[in-house]
Amino acid sequence: MDIRSKALTKSIWVFHMSVGSCNNCDIEILDCFTPRHDIERFGIQLIGSVRHADALLITGAMNKKAIVRMKKVYEQTAKPCVVVACGICACSQHMFRDSYNVGEPLDKILPVDLYIPGCPPKPEAIISGILQLVNKMKKGK
Amino acid sequence: MSHKIIVPIGPYHPLQEEPEFFQLYVEGEKVVDIDIIIGYNHRGIEKLSESKHFDQVPFLVERICGICSSSHPYAYVLAVENILGGEFNIVPEKSLFIRTIIDELQRIHSHLLWLGLVGHFIGYNTVWMWAWKFREPVLDMFEMVTGNRNNYAMFKVGGVRRDIKDDDIPQIKKMLDELLPGIDLFHGAIMDDPIIKMRLKDVGRLTRQQAIEWAVVGPTARASGVNIDIRRDEPYGSSDRLDWKVIIEKDGDIFCKTVVRILELYESISLIRQCLDKMPKSGIIDADIKDIPVGEGIGRVEAPRGECFHYIVSDGTNRPLRHKIRSPSFMNVASDKVAAVGGTISDATLTLAAVDPCYCCTERVAVINKSDNSKIMNGWDLIKLSQDKTLKLKESYYGRSK
Repeated sequence: MDIRSKALTKSIWVFHMSVGSCNNCDIEILDCFTPRHDIERFGIQLIGSVRHADALLITGAMNKKAIVRMKKVYEQTAKPCVVVACGICACSQHMFRDSYNVGEPLDKILPVDLYIPGCPPKPEAIISGILQLVNKMKKGK
Repeated sequence: MSHKIIVPIGPYHPLQEEPEFFQLYVEGEKVVDIDIIIGYNHRGIEKLSESKHFDQVPFLVERICGICSSSHPYAYVLAVENILGGEFNIVPEKSLFIRTIIDELQRIHSHLLWLGLVGHFIGYNTVWMWAWKFREPVLDMFEMVTGNRNNYAMFKVGGVRRDIKDDDIPQIKKMLDELLPGIDLFHGAIMDDPIIKMRLKDVGRLTRQQAIEWAVVGPTARASGVNIDIRRDEPYGSSDRLDWKVIIEKDGDIFCKTVVRILELYESISLIRQCLDKMPKSGIIDADIKDIPVGEGIGRVEAPRGECFHYIVSDGTNRPLRHKIRSPSFMNVASDKVAAVGGTISDATLTLAAVDPCYCCTERVAVINKSDNSKIMNGWDLIKLSQDKTLKLKESYYGRSK
């Protein structure tokens, strides 16, 4: 495990991005940072600039107009970074699969490290998913 | 001579939950014009809805927006029941009360969420954390009644899908009681805190005349003194049998919008309490509707943001022939053009947030007007243009073959 990957597991800074979602996942992600769930106790923080991000938390059903922006944001992220598909829309496009304005699924566009299904996933599920990923990375897998 | 500078905000910006693109035209500190470019969330729900069975559409339309995820299915079932002969004629008594309970619970959670975000925008992060803390018990109530924190899947044509258990009612009442001190705290904080008052008073003002001209709806209109509320004007659910009042303020600035929403929280809690008391103890909750006849119907619901409108055309098959949705934010967002223009740039984000915009609801396909040849370009587009020009020069210098 090189030093950059090791540093990634310490305190993950998250950039949240909605690519054609219905707001539910976005609200549940924000909910993780509020007093009841308080994900900041694990050192995980929501940040404003993608340049500082260790993880991209992507929600939504891959709107064609937003995919272009999403690719650019991914290019700007400092590597190595973790891509998390949050919500069933980002995992498999859900009921919007047949829509005319929805492009390819997320895992055909970016390398996805973690899928968190659910419509929307509960904050507990999001926290558990991210912690499982961190533990896996610590073991060097 | 004016020096117009364009400040782009978005589509991905730390202040925004959803991707949308604002262009603020500023002269110095003053905002002189505003342009909103949407389309980053468009999922083609109206078209998808035409390929779904009447019973499947509520699950689709509640995913239009995660915050008003009971208003959209409610407006849809009202539209279908309008074809069948009206909500009051076919829906069982108990369902009407359950529908109102879900609708009002959602209003509480949405207003608390908005309150927290406005606190965040003006730099009171404590307000944000507290508002979201008090929002959690509301989500617990939802989980207790419907089984999910968001996306409740409660509405179906002719009734509701789940009953409220008698054992849960005392617990819900207790949780509502526990919610009140929190709302009192916000009420006191907004009314008494001099800084919040100075920050919000006379900012982003929308006069009564402007509110009518721009056809705003919901709390945005009521804060400007326009007396509209669909729950009273065109009663649905059990709202005509309960005792409540429409909250109206006069000034139309952000302070009034905040006050309207806080006072509506009290009304919503009172409405839920009355519903729980007056609800029949037993009875069916579903009218078991099988076929939808030929016809067209409309459904109007007072969502937390304003009037939510659904229009359905049925041709006698099991799918809607046309499904038109107009969400409240579509009307409210446009009023930023008068509310935000003339203010300073530091107030702009607050004014944009004050109408409680929901861009997921509002999303349309953006069609660029080709007639004036205007095109929005970012840095990459400009580089591309420059490279193209070099390529063209090369071609003309060396000839086509190179």
